[in-house]
Amino acid sequence: MSETKNTFTLDGQPVVFEAGQTIMNAALAAGHYIPHLCHHREFKPHGSCKVCTVRVNGWLSASCTTPASAGAKVESEAPDIQEARRRIVQMLFIEGNHFCPFCVKSGNCQLQAVAYHLGMEDTSLPHRFPSRAMDASHPDVVLDRDRCINCSLCVRASRDADGKDLFGLSGRGIDTHLVVNSSTGLLKDTNIDANDRAIQVCPTGALLVKRRGYEQPIGERRFDAQAIECEFESKY
Amino acid sequence: MPQSSSLERVLTRISARYRDEPYQLLQMLRAVQASYSHVPQSAMQFLARHLGVPLSQVQGVVEFYAFLHETPRGRYDVRFSDNITDQMLGSRGLCERLCQHLELTPGQPRADGKVTVDYTSCTGMSDQGPAALVNGLAVTRLDVGRIDEMADLIDAGIALEAWPRDWFAVRDHIRRSGPMLDLQMAPGAALEAAVARGASSTLAELARSGLRGRGGAGYLTAHKWRFCLEAPGMERFIVCNADEGEPGTFKDRVLLTRYADALFEGMALAGFVVGAREGFLYLRGEYEYLLPHLESVLERRREEGLLGGNLLGSRVGFDISIHLGAGAYICGEESALIESLEGKRGQARVRPPFPAIRGYADKPTVVNNVQTFIQAAQISAMGSAWFAEQGTEKSRGTVLLSISGDVARRGVYEYPFGVTVKEVLADCGAGAVQAIQIGGPSGHLIGAADFERRIAFEDLPTTGSLMVFDWSRDVVGVVQNFSRFFQHESCGFCTPCRVGTTVLRQLIDKVASGHASAADLDELEACGMVTRSLSHCGLGQTAPNPVLDGLKRFRPVLEAKLLGGTDGPGFDLDAELSEARKISDESLKEGQHG
Repeated sequence: MSETKNTFTLDGQPVVFEAGQTIMNAALAAGHYIPHLCHHREFKPHGSCKVCTVRVNGWLSASCTTPASAGAKVESEAPDIQEARRRIVQMLFIEGNHFCPFCVKSGNCQLQAVAYHLGMEDTSLPHRFPSRAMDASHPDVVLDRDRCINCSLCVRASRDADGKDLFGLSGRGIDTHLVVNSSTGLLKDTNIDANDRAIQVCPTGALLVKRRGYEQPIGERRFDAQAIECEFESKY
Repeated sequence: MPQSSSLERVLTRISARYRDEPYQLLQMLRAVQASYSHVPQSAMQFLARHLGVPLSQVQGVVEFYAFLHETPRGRYDVRFSDNITDQMLGSRGLCERLCQHLELTPGQPRADGKVTVDYTSCTGMSDQGPAALVNGLAVTRLDVGRIDEMADLIDAGIALEAWPRDWFAVRDHIRRSGPMLDLQMAPGAALEAAVARGASSTLAELARSGLRGRGGAGYLTAHKWRFCLEAPGMERFIVCNADEGEPGTFKDRVLLTRYADALFEGMALAGFVVGAREGFLYLRGEYEYLLPHLESVLERRREEGLLGGNLLGSRVGFDISIHLGAGAYICGEESALIESLEGKRGQARVRPPFPAIRGYADKPTVVNNVQTFIQAAQISAMGSAWFAEQGTEKSRGTVLLSISGDVARRGVYEYPFGVTVKEVLADCGAGAVQAIQIGGPSGHLIGAADFERRIAFEDLPTTGSLMVFDWSRDVVGVVQNFSRFFQHESCGFCTPCRVGTTVLRQLIDKVASGHASAADLDELEACGMVTRSLSHCGLGQTAPNPVLDGLKRFRPVLEAKLLGGTDGPGFDLDAELSEARKISDESLKEGQHG
C-alpha cells in the first residue's frame, strides 16, 4: 500500500498508520504526544478520561478509541481543545482529593504532569472533598481511593497482564469507585503482589507499594527531569 | 439476613429460572431484590460463583441500578416520582407528609424494617401525578387523602393486593388522535402483507415511507434495518427500546398499553426483514405493572401463530422475551441498553461499531423505539403513501406528544410533523406560558420567542415530552430539577459527564440559593460547553442543555438571583465578617464589664 493511503495529518503533520490502529497509537508510534490518562499502549483502550480528545474532520472524539483513517485532518493542539482538556483535568482534580505537595507520587504522577503540560494553574471549580474508603489491609500494597481517577488501567492490567482480575469499577455517576475483587472487598484477601502491572500502570497515587516513597529528591523525580511530552515525542 | 442454606436454595431456583445464563444477571438480581428487599453480599458471592463471573462485576451491577440495594429497604418501598411536573402537583409536600406519618427520614428504612420512603426519577406518569412506585408498582393521582390512607395501610401491614385498586389505575389520556392512533389493524395484517410482498420489497416500502426513528435521534429506520441485514454474521437480533426514561414522556406507556399487538408485530416484521429469530423488549423498571398485560399479549400471539416457532405457518420463526430495567435512564441509550440486556452495567459502548453491525452478543442488532416498530408495522399493512401523506418533507408522518405541566388537559396528542408550538399550546389549554421544555431535559427549554417554531426533526426535534411552565413557575427551579436529574443519572464512565454534571448541579444550586456571582454564570457556561462537546454519549452531550438554554434564553431570570447583581463580587463581605464581628463585640463588652 502506498504511504499516502495510510496517512492522516496531526496538526498539519503527516502521520503514517497501520490498518486498525487508533489515532492515539499511530500518533504515539510516530513520536507525537497527545495528552492522555486512561490510555496505555499495552492495554485495550477505554476512552473514558477524554483528555485525549482531538478534532477529526471537524468532530471531537477521543483519539484513543477513534480508528485512524486515511486523509483525516486531526487537530490536537488547537487552543479550544487544549482549553477543554485543561477543564477535564481540573474536573479530575476537584473530583477526588489530590494533595500534590505531600503526595508520595508527586513528581512521578501523570495527572500532575498532564496538568503541568496543559498549563493548568488552578482548579477554578469548587472542590468536592469526597470521603472515600482507603484500603491499607494488605502488607505490601495500599489502595487510596482519594487519588483514584476511575481510569480503569489497574482493572485492565490486573485482568489482561497479571491474569488476576482483582479490580472493577462500581457505583454510578459521581459515586463511581474502584472495588477489589475479593469476598471482603479488601486487598488483604487477594493475591496482589507489589510487582503487579496493575500497580505500575496507576497514573496517580491510588495504588502504591508500601514502605517506598520519596525515594528521589525533588529535582530528580520522573517529571522533574523532563516534562511528560518528552517521554513520547521524538523531537526531544 | 436470610439463612445461608435457604438463601442458596432460593438463589439456585432464581438462577435456574433464567437458565443459569450470565446475561440474565440483572433479571436475577431484580428477583433477589424483590425476595429480600436487598441483594445481600452473600447472594452476590453465590451468584458470582454460580455463574462464573467476577464478584466485582456482580457488585458493579448492583451498585449501578437505582432499584437494587446492598442494604435492606423497607418491606414497603415507596418512591415518589421527583420530576418537576410531579413537584408542581405537590409531590414533595406529600412525600414529607407520608414521612411524618410514618416517622421516618426519606431514603432511610424505618428502624422496624417495615418501610422506606424515597424519591426516584420521573416514573412516566406526568399526566396523572403526583405519582409514586410502591414495591415497583405505579400509584397515580396522589393527594392528601391517599397519603394519609397509605400511611395507615402500611402501619397496619396490609398487603399491596388489598390496597384500593383505583390507586393503581393508569389512564391513557389520549387527547388528540391522528392516523397512527386511529388505525385499527388486525393482528397479523402487517406480517401477512410483508410475506406477500417479500422481505426486500418490504424494506423498500419502509424506505419510501421516510420513517425516522421516534426515539429522538431520528435515524432513517429503513437504513438501520438495511445495515443490520447486510452486516456479516449468522445470527441477528431485534430489540425494542421501551426504556421510556425521558422525564415528562409517557406516550410509549400508552402505546404499550393500547398497541402492544402492533408493537410485537413490528418487531416480528423487523425480524422477517433482517432475518432475526429472536427479539427483546427492554421495558423500563417503572413500567413493571405492564408486564402481565404484555406477557398475555405475547402468549396470545403465540397461540395465534403470530409469534414463536410456527409464526405464519412456520415459514419463519420469531419470538420475543421481555427484560426489565432497574432504574437507569442511561439504558435508553441504545448501546447502554444492550449492555443492560447482557446483564451488565448500563454504560454506552464506543461507537462505531453501531449496534446494527455489532449489538447484542456482538451480533448485528436492530434497536428501535416502541413507536417506530408500531409505525413500521402500520406502513407494512397500509403502504408507504398512507404514512407519508402527513408531515413535512424531512419529517414524514405524525408525532406523539406527551404534554404535562401547566395545561388544562394533560395527555397524549398526535399531530402531523410541522405543527407549531403555538397551535399545540392552544389545544392543550395552556395559558400565560412562560416556558416549555420540549423533548424532555435532554431537549430544549424555550420561551415565547420560539413558539412559532415547528415540531419536526429539522426544527424542534422531540422525544415526545412537552412540559409547560406558566408565569408562576421559577425557571431556575426548572433548570435545577433537570440538572439534578442528569447528575443522578450520569453513568460515571467519562470525566466530562461524571464530574461535569456534578459541577453544573452545584453551580445552579448556588444560583438558586442566591449565593452566585456573575463569574459563576461564566463558569456554568464554560463547564456546560465542555460537558456537551466532550462527553462519551448522548446523556452527557445533552445534560447541559437545561443550563445552557437557561443562560441563552432566560438570562435575566438567572441574573436576578445573583448576589450583588451582574458585576458584583461572589461573596457578601459584611455577611462573611458578621460572625467575627459578633465575637469581637462580645469580647469587647466583656472587657468593658471586666
